[in-house]
Amino acid sequence: MLLIECPWCGPRDEVEFRCGGEAHIARPQDPDALDDAAWADYVFMRTNPKGWHRERWCHSQGCRRWFNVRRSTVSHEITAVYKMGEEPPEAEGSAQ
Amino acid sequence: MADAKRSPLAFMTSALAEAEVPDAVALRELSPRTQIDLRGEVADPAFAGTVESALRLTLPRTPNRVADAGGLLALWLGPDEWLLVGPEASDLEARLRSALSGQHVAITDVSANRTVLELGGPKAREILNKGCPLDLDPRVFGPGQCAQSILARAQLLLHQRDIEPTYHLYVRGSFAFYAASWLIDAMKEYRFAKRGGRRER
Repeated sequence: MLLIECPWCGPRDEVEFRCGGEAHIARPQDPDALDDAAWADYVFMRTNPKGWHRERWCHSQGCRRWFNVRRSTVSHEITAVYKMGEEPPEAEGSAQ
Repeated sequence: MADAKRSPLAFMTSALAEAEVPDAVALRELSPRTQIDLRGEVADPAFAGTVESALRLTLPRTPNRVADAGGLLALWLGPDEWLLVGPEASDLEARLRSALSGQHVAITDVSANRTVLELGGPKAREILNKGCPLDLDPRVFGPGQCAQSILARAQLLLHQRDIEPTYHLYVRGSFAFYAASWLIDAMKEYRFAKRGGRRER
């Protein structure tokens, strides 16, 4: 069970949250100019790393706000929580 | 006493009263009240100032805090969202609408959305924590604080009223029977513990 620090509500149990997948995927500026392969890449393709991953989470049973989390997919360690529109802090954590 | 026409738990009033364990915990449904969901940009003085002078109440900016102005409550729900709770017959919505007309806000009457259960007594904290993942330790969560979470998988808005502790549980009308039944079951063990003469601490 993860303890996730909501930027507004503070540390809360994982069951209150919903994971929204990989963060920082920008919508194409001009979707009409994309071919099918490029559109499929935007819609479906994700990095799925072993190690540090930047994800979107929503405090769905709490304040219902979206925010970003940097989590290790190996150890589940969370080293950064930051609001939408913000960049993650530079340093990554110790665990891998 | 809950209004039979509107209260989701009116038919359970006696079951809730019978669940009481003297000196440990008591449960009842509170009478219906006006609940308004208010959204707006609190950094905008036109919004915050207007609301605060119209209601004579300061909207809490700190997450999960409750402002109490003579029976009118403002519970923090989000950085731009509050639940205003007042007496049942209240012109709260009309007052807000006229004060905030022309502004980019949302004022929604959600009185029928949730009913309010009062759970109080020395064992109330322990009972809630059987089904609620919030840290309710008095060092973290005390009177005047609120939190949205879950109670046995049902949506919950929790407000601690005093240090006894007494809690007000805002639960969805459609989940009220489930939540109340769950609480009655969770309260049962204290009755037997007491009868057996083994009182804790």
